Amino acid sequence: MLLFKSLNCSSSHLQSPVPSSRFFPSVIVRTPRTLSIRRIRTNGSISMACTDDSRLKRIAASIRVIPDFPKPGVMFQDITTLLLDPQAFKDTIDLFVERYKGKGITVVAGIEARGFIFGPPIALAIGAKFVPMRKPKKLPGEVISEEYSLEYGTDKIEIHVDAVQSGDRALVIDDLVATGGTLSAAIRLLERVGAEVVESACVIELPELKGREKLGDSPLFVLIQAEGV
Amino acid sequence: MAAPIEEKDPRIEGIASSIRVVPHIPKGGIMFQDITTLLLDPKVFRDTVDLFIERYRGKDISAVAGIEARGFIFGPPIALAIGAKFIPLRKPRKLPGEVISEEYVLEYGRDCLEMHIGAVQPGEHVLVVDDLIATGGTICAAISLLERAGAEVVECACVVELPGLKGRERLKDTPLYVLVESP
Repeated sequence: MLLFKSLNCSSSHLQSPVPSSRFFPSVIVRTPRTLSIRRIRTNGSISMACTDDSRLKRIAASIRVIPDFPKPGVMFQDITTLLLDPQAFKDTIDLFVERYKGKGITVVAGIEARGFIFGPPIALAIGAKFVPMRKPKKLPGEVISEEYSLEYGTDKIEIHVDAVQSGDRALVIDDLVATGGTLSAAIRLLERVGAEVVESACVIELPELKGREKLGDSPLFVLIQAEGV
Repeated sequence: MAAPIEEKDPRIEGIASSIRVVPHIPKGGIMFQDITTLLLDPKVFRDTVDLFIERYRGKDISAVAGIEARGFIFGPPIALAIGAKFIPLRKPRKLPGEVISEEYVLEYGRDCLEMHIGAVQPGEHVLVVDDLIATGGTICAAISLLERAGAEVVECACVVELPGLKGRERLKDTPLYVLVESP
């Protein structure tokens, strides 16, 4: 069984102490064979866990897996079907908002393009600014860039220079973390402009691709882990 | 600074003044309407979304379709608040499942917008959202996709309109609602 630090340790890096009843389990979704759901029970009241379990089950069930996209052998986790279920989409946002509200987060940085879908509702609910982190040449103003490696070649992620300041407490959002290449570039970029990256949050993690290791000490929180990719 | 279109709502002025104009982007002579500065002001971002929610809540809209990528920022908060699903309309080869595509003309060349098959059902009432409407080419492609799937586009909603580029005319009978006009 995999235990994930972001789920079962104190979230002291999230400014105010979090009462134990705020922790809740994540769901492991085994794809493509069976959709067996296993709970990692952390601490927390039974009623909270049950509520979160039913929300997580619905979220997990709403994600569609598409084989051989973008290339053979890859099982693509398609969140567009989650977005077609208003209750599942609401639950997804609520789970993040419950974790981050009142934690002094001043910036939600969303990674283009699917991070733009989940980030803004969270930012609006917790009263933070939203900063789009974009592919090159999309942002019209002066930018700062961070390069990162792809399987073949490199790519870049950019933000506007005036978007984030020293002293900002940032939450990074994307739909999914795989190898962690894009996410770690996003974190480096925000840290270069002086922000403190409090946590990264994704709907889905592919633990076999070891993105968590790539992030090192930088905390990662996810709702769903998908295996068999 | 863009000019407010609805003088009455006091929130509009704050929204208009939060949008940054960047000259000569993407090329000389063009004044780019940059909404990222609006997103940096939580109150103004909240007001923007609230104005749309107030207009569309309770209007039997079952889906909000957002155009990649800045429509992804404004569409989902509206969808969540009105209990509608969110449909991303994307550039080619981004959506992993089976899609329908609509080609449209750019100043030089063509581009294409795609939607997953099954995202919308015949008869559904849909709202199309993007940050800005210029010539209306992209938004027309979005309307086409949805209508081809049998949906009814009840309105298009944008933060900014560039009326000089006549996008509204291009939309013909499909209503357009915007918060701010920029000459």
